[in-house]
Amino acid sequence: MSQIKALIVDDSSVMRKIVERSLRQAGLDLSVMEAGNGAEALTILDTNSVDLILSDINMPVMDGLEFVRQLQTVEKLRGVPVVMITTEGSETNVVQALSFGAKGYIRKPFTPEQVKEHVLPVLGL
Amino acid sequence: MKPSAETSLPGAVFDRATWTPLLERSAHEVFAIMLDTVLHSIESPANPNNGEFTALVGLAGSICGVLSIRCNSQAARIMASKMLGIPPEEVDNDSWDALGEIANMIAGNFKGKLSGVGNHCMLSVPTIIVGSDYETRSMAAGNTIEAIFEFEQKPLWVTLELHE
Repeated sequence: MSQIKALIVDDSSVMRKIVERSLRQAGLDLSVMEAGNGAEALTILDTNSVDLILSDINMPVMDGLEFVRQLQTVEKLRGVPVVMITTEGSETNVVQALSFGAKGYIRKPFTPEQVKEHVLPVLGL
Repeated sequence: MKPSAETSLPGAVFDRATWTPLLERSAHEVFAIMLDTVLHSIESPANPNNGEFTALVGLAGSICGVLSIRCNSQAARIMASKMLGIPPEEVDNDSWDALGEIANMIAGNFKGKLSGVGNHCMLSVPTIIVGSDYETRSMAAGNTIEAIFEFEQKPLWVTLELHE
């Protein structure tokens, strides 16, 4: 398995670290970039290519739904698999994110096993 | 956040007898999954003023109010340590961040347990208050439910203040 370049987007640095640790526990060889909101993530993606994006929904400045929507407007980013991370009880947000092009979602709180279950399939692993 | 006009959802009708155990269960689930920790419910802490870290998450929509979690700095540090899988002495500014995320997850878990409320209630980004010499005043009188726990021999308050 070659190295996966992942972008983790969350306004919580703790949650970004937990997601990264969960991905590594899933056996992925990772190179990780981090962003605190959707706008920061888009700036990073201007000059970097990634294989996987995990994004929170509820963030300041630009939330995860708007971020995913904007990703679909950029041709080179359209094919990048996005997995949303969201709190429970937000089915509407999940449906909207999937309609905007997200490939899956993980509900907080989550276990490392749940991250593995949801992320590996979108990478075709 | 703009409150939804829809206020007649069955799950949104306050019922202390039902909601208090749901709030407790939400806290138990979040701590079990994210911290691999069993919380112990208690009636009242030995030191009721022992809470200098507070995380607040606003709820708006079919239910409106504020969910807060309060604990001391040591408890917050241990929470971050358990979430990150690192020793407590290696935790720095992650303490307040971790507490905010826990508040966010408990609020999300709780609203998800209220029938029909989840999709009609938005959560704010968490706010953290450091220090214990403060008071909060709600702009609308409402109901309050509180669950008190012992976490690593330290008290932890989870409170939901609802607006009418």
